[in-house]
Amino acid sequence: MFDIDRWREIFQSISKNKLRSVMSGFTVAFAILLFTLLFGIVSGLSNSFQGAFVDDAQNSMFVRVWKTSKPYKGLQKGRSIQLKNDDYNFVTEKYGEKLQYQSSRIYKNFILKYKNEASSYSVMAINPDHQFIEKTIITEGRYVNERDIKEKAKVIVIGRLIKEDLFGERPALGKRLNVNDSSYLIIGIFSDEGGDNEERKAFIPLSTAQMIYGNNDYINQMAFGYDPNLSLDAAVAFGNKMERNLRSKLNIHPDDQSALSVRNMAEANQGIGQFMGVLYAIVILVGSGTLVAGIIGISNIMIFVIKERTKEFGIRKALGAKPSSIVGMVVQESVLITTLAGYLGLSLGTYLLSLIGDSLEKDYFIKDPSVSTGIVVGATIVLILSGLIAGYVPAKRAANIKPIVALRAD
Amino acid sequence: MIRIEKLHKSYPIGKDSLHVLKGIDLHIKEGEFVSIMGSSGSGKSTLLNIVGLLDIHDEGDYYLNGQLIKDMNEKKAAILRNKFLGFVFQSFNLISYKTALENVALPLYYKGISRKERLKTALEYLDKVGLKDWANHLPNELSGGQKQRVAIARALVTKPKVVLADEPTGALDSTTTDNVMDLLKDINDEGMTVFVITHEEEVAEQTKRIVRLKDGVIISDEVTQASKVLNYV
Repeated sequence: MFDIDRWREIFQSISKNKLRSVMSGFTVAFAILLFTLLFGIVSGLSNSFQGAFVDDAQNSMFVRVWKTSKPYKGLQKGRSIQLKNDDYNFVTEKYGEKLQYQSSRIYKNFILKYKNEASSYSVMAINPDHQFIEKTIITEGRYVNERDIKEKAKVIVIGRLIKEDLFGERPALGKRLNVNDSSYLIIGIFSDEGGDNEERKAFIPLSTAQMIYGNNDYINQMAFGYDPNLSLDAAVAFGNKMERNLRSKLNIHPDDQSALSVRNMAEANQGIGQFMGVLYAIVILVGSGTLVAGIIGISNIMIFVIKERTKEFGIRKALGAKPSSIVGMVVQESVLITTLAGYLGLSLGTYLLSLIGDSLEKDYFIKDPSVSTGIVVGATIVLILSGLIAGYVPAKRAANIKPIVALRAD
Repeated sequence: MIRIEKLHKSYPIGKDSLHVLKGIDLHIKEGEFVSIMGSSGSGKSTLLNIVGLLDIHDEGDYYLNGQLIKDMNEKKAAILRNKFLGFVFQSFNLISYKTALENVALPLYYKGISRKERLKTALEYLDKVGLKDWANHLPNELSGGQKQRVAIARALVTKPKVVLADEPTGALDSTTTDNVMDLLKDINDEGMTVFVITHEEEVAEQTKRIVRLKDGVIISDEVTQASKVLNYV
């Protein structure tokens, strides 16, 4: 297959006809450049969307309650709903096998004080699984564990910024912190990708909070992580079912969103998935349009080039060139030019995308735009094929022109 | 070498057809130096194209080197052309982006000869036409006579049985015309069959046999003075 003489002929033909080769290459390079940029930017958008939800686990579900907005079973509207441990146990017992993580939440606002530094922070009482639901990253020490819950231990895990506020450069782990006038042991320090607000929080064991602040079994919210093996559809259905059962247990009207609702990340993910799907469909449409325009461009140029070279082909045939050798030469030249030019456009596009990097993240929601290897390989295959077709069709026709007709051409 | 019997050829023009060759009988033996004469429209170029396998005849038989030419496809014709025929055209038909040497070497490429061998042989033939020093020049850097000599070197490089020349001096002045004719004579003296088409009397007279064509038929076929002189000297 490899024929050094054939390649020599092709390189000579390309290098001696620079304008022509550059023109045909330019069309392809430009099309691929646009294609790459388009794909990269959309993948950047997609990255931003996914990044917007890194704060919480992708499979999290939150059960929150407020006041009823509809009367139900003789109960008036405007009744406040209170979740209790009993409700939490109801969910974990009923749906245990569909849950990866489970935790209750109690929200408090406390003054945290260390020596002379003091400030008000939100403190959340939780179960150990909460670490995974919120994607809390422990940087020092440990999170609340089951033993803390059992012993109702007075321990606290503080955010990176609380540590900075109260301790500055001094070590905080193992120190005693004054929380609403009782003393807590700092067992861990965490960071969170959700941003500054998330890092100005503190966590204490749920049981401790219930005992000290009210001595009851009230909880404010429940947070779960559904089994990640569930499909999005199944997860959405699961959330809806849980919502219905809880409403019925708490005597709430089945459609009362205000009294009790489940915020299910599966629904949000489903929405984002659909949105990105539509966006990608548009990009594929526009991108293939660009590619097709490029292919038509090179086909046009090849038709012109071959017309221009008809006489040369006539001479070559008079000298003993077989039609197949003419077609082979033209096709090989065309494929070479499209592949090289396409590769150039692709590299330039990837380079530009890497230059853009994260600089557009703030204003345009484009984060780390890039093209995947699959797309690159696909585009290359399309290029080679289009080069083949763009060269083959007109070359075949030119090679079949009788030499005397070709020789007469000018 | 070339035997043509009752050859007919017509070209369609719209709904009608133009009958160009009306039953040509011609026999050219190996080593002959023949010119076909005729005014434009007499069918002489058509005859050369058929002989050169650049075109297909309608009726009659054509034997090249004893082989009946029939049912030719482009591939077979290309192989036969490469093997038996060398072409010299009025407009030279050199490839403009190739040097003189590369132009001469091109038929050898289609013969499948190695590059080194090709260039060596091509240089020998350029030397033979007196253009060794111009080997690396492009055609547009050469004069008309030089271009035609390159074309002749290209026609000869495959050692063909027949050299076909279509108005080889048509684009040249009288001095270069003589040079080119001398070259063709030398080739013929070496034993190669040369087949020239011309409308110039002076050119035809330098060949050994003149076949006159008018309106698609042969009107005369005679041995020339040049040939007699040679024979008697």
